[in-house]
Amino acid sequence: MWRLEARPAPSRRARWLAPLAALALTIVLGALLFAALGQPPGRALAVFFLRPLQNGYGVGEWLLKATPLMLCGLGLALGFRANVWNIGAEGQLILGAVAAGGLAIAFEGSDSALLLPAMMVAGILGGMAWAAIPALLRTSCQTNEILTSLMLAYVAPLLLAWLVNGPWRDPDGFNFPQSIQFGEAALLTPLFDGTRLTAIFPLALGLALAAWLFQHHSYLGFQMNVAGHSAAAARYAGFSADRTVWMALLIGGGCAGLAGFAEVAGPLGQLLPNVSPGYGFAAIVVAFVGRLHPVGVVLASLLMSLLYLGGEAAQMELDLPAAITGLFQGALLFALLACDTFVNYRLRWRRQS
Amino acid sequence: MLEPAPQTSPPRLELRGVTKHYPGVIANNNVDLIVYPGEIHAVLGENGAGKSTLMKVIYGLVHPDRGEIRWNGQPVRIASPAVARRLGIGMVFQHFALFESLTVAENIALALTEAPPAALLAARIRELSERYGLPLTPEQPVYQLSVGERQRVEIVRCLLQSPRLLILDEPTSVLTPQAVDHLFTTLRQLAAEGVSLLYISHKLEEIRTLCHGATVLRGGRVTGHCLPSEESADSLARLMIGDELPACRLIPHPVGRTPRLVLDGLNQPADGPFGTDLQDIQLTIHSGEIVGVAGASGNGQRELLAALSGEAPTPSLEMVRLLDEPIGHLDPAARRARGMAFVPEERLGRGAVPALSLADNALLTAARRGLVRRGLVRRSRVLRYTCDIIERFRVKCHGATAPARSLSGGNLQKFIVGREIAQEPQVMVVAQPTWGVDVSSAALVRERLMELRNRGVALLVISEDLDELFEISDRIVVLAGGRLSPARSATATDAAEIGRWMGGGFCNELGYVAA
Repeated sequence: MWRLEARPAPSRRARWLAPLAALALTIVLGALLFAALGQPPGRALAVFFLRPLQNGYGVGEWLLKATPLMLCGLGLALGFRANVWNIGAEGQLILGAVAAGGLAIAFEGSDSALLLPAMMVAGILGGMAWAAIPALLRTSCQTNEILTSLMLAYVAPLLLAWLVNGPWRDPDGFNFPQSIQFGEAALLTPLFDGTRLTAIFPLALGLALAAWLFQHHSYLGFQMNVAGHSAAAARYAGFSADRTVWMALLIGGGCAGLAGFAEVAGPLGQLLPNVSPGYGFAAIVVAFVGRLHPVGVVLASLLMSLLYLGGEAAQMELDLPAAITGLFQGALLFALLACDTFVNYRLRWRRQS
Repeated sequence: MLEPAPQTSPPRLELRGVTKHYPGVIANNNVDLIVYPGEIHAVLGENGAGKSTLMKVIYGLVHPDRGEIRWNGQPVRIASPAVARRLGIGMVFQHFALFESLTVAENIALALTEAPPAALLAARIRELSERYGLPLTPEQPVYQLSVGERQRVEIVRCLLQSPRLLILDEPTSVLTPQAVDHLFTTLRQLAAEGVSLLYISHKLEEIRTLCHGATVLRGGRVTGHCLPSEESADSLARLMIGDELPACRLIPHPVGRTPRLVLDGLNQPADGPFGTDLQDIQLTIHSGEIVGVAGASGNGQRELLAALSGEAPTPSLEMVRLLDEPIGHLDPAARRARGMAFVPEERLGRGAVPALSLADNALLTAARRGLVRRGLVRRSRVLRYTCDIIERFRVKCHGATAPARSLSGGNLQKFIVGREIAQEPQVMVVAQPTWGVDVSSAALVRERLMELRNRGVALLVISEDLDELFEISDRIVVLAGGRLSPARSATATDAAEIGRWMGGGFCNELGYVAA
């Protein structure tokens, strides 16, 4: 009889193999899904995973979409490691977009070289401000940040919708709920001709490196980790639990806000009711698929971005519904959780007694 | 005197050939155990001998790989604790499974299959707790309780279920001598009523006076059965660990003593509505001495420790002085930097982070020892520092990367004590140094504390184990009701006087004067 038994210590090998096994399992599940939809699985998978990357523009789009996922995922992973559960990166991203976009609208027609950096700072501060609310509530009223950050993630789109339907609506926009197109000085220029990829992507890679340094080599990162695991142990050692909550949420909010800025000053070029197709929520999956490790987050965000593009390709070429992207994301997370079992458990054959 | 255990009826509980494998270890190997109705039966063994696993098998928490269990002569399969409770088996755990945010009464109600109305239950808790000398406030939330008080909740919770077999895992380690006597009266009364008791303890003297029979475990196997009343504490210990207890005695030493830590009129408000206010604590701890603080948990021990460690702010900074400088305003890290070290009562979750490696747990308090430079952790130094502690304190573990929770209680305590000692403190405060720690680890910990004293360090040891305090203290004080008794030289007092004082007797005997 096969039995699942606890390992004496978590397996390091299984920890790194689990995401790969999960990816393989996701592809198998995807093939079954395509077969059930009447598509030849081989071709459908090729359309899903390979078609988007066929040319330079496609690769640019892939990295472009990975950028906000990477930024949000890095910030979230840092908080999750400290046991601070910021589920509201989506809202923080939107507030970052609102703050940066608001600046672009206020300085319409400006050609100052300072506008773009100012928008970036505004975006980061906007995300931080939105994340500061759950931080304040947790440190002063002991509220659960999972609930408050999630609730605020639903408030943020309503705020954005009100702005683009009301005060910030483009007067010449035929009543569409959207802002004016931002001027040249408020837009990031593409890194390469023929793509929309901006300098925020290499910046995100740099932040991944910084996050790795912080998490694994800084004393402050260690203190956050301890405070996250056990408030009593942190107090005993003289670390501040409140500081951990604040830092985790502010870093997470700042990263998400930066992603919001990157979206409105990059591919979008204006404020729309839907500045994010759920990047903030998908980043939770990214953080976990990436093992809460910065390198893992970078890889996971690339994979997740491909799922978005693959979903679009499948819609266009195979005439499949948009839900296909969500199904793949769900299958990936599901497979990962299943494979994760083998980090702490192993299968053993034993004769029945 | 002991009643002979009645052995005419079939055994209440009989285990035959019980075997339980865990990955990499055989926790129980072919264990036989027989308990008769009305018998108080001791299960003896060091930490890791397999006692806890065996008790969990009986309580249905762990399913054995092999072996048979008979209850009143009938073969049974105890699939879950609910089944065990239905049979009439109750268990007082060593590590308490209580919900922090619920009250005492709510916790107890959760454990009952049919809980009576709240008011009635509270009344029954009060009645039982008074009858058995286990004072409890049913309305008090559990997070405010000390370890000792939590254990009372467990005992009362089991007694409410009128069990036929009661398993007690180290039940007296947190009780005053008077309360132990009280509890023993209760346990004997329960036994006389026909209840069987399985009694796990490290206190050999207790087993000798209380238990009718004993089964000794070593390394998962039964190594012997005996009649405890016919054995001496030393011979019991030999059965258990295979050789004599290491002897520890304080040697007087001529080093000149200077005051290191001074508590000057320390008033510390209670840390919760049911805590204890510290009132006008006067105490001086000199270099080269161990001062033992006796007293049952919940008499201000938690508050005293928090005031000393800096986890709770002191009302006035002059109330705590280290080397003649006020430190009442400093946080724990700053106090460490000035030469203090602390070993807290809770090992997992305060003294160590369960999920983190031993190396990370070394860094927890020892960052100052050159383990951090310019905000960055120096990994190789941390590993070396950790391996050094593991070696010097004979910590049994899978190396510096093993998570703290994978260590047994005794080994984790050796690690924590080792980590604090390795920081070469001037003043060390230790709470419950050997609570729930196996005999040989406890001996090692005490030995190291005495070495530290002989090197001139000032030590304050808060403990509920009087034998321990008498063994290692130069002077003993008693903390009762938030007041501190005068200090007595350990050779000039005895357990009877200290026991009386633990009930607050020093206020009447001496009139209350500041020590």
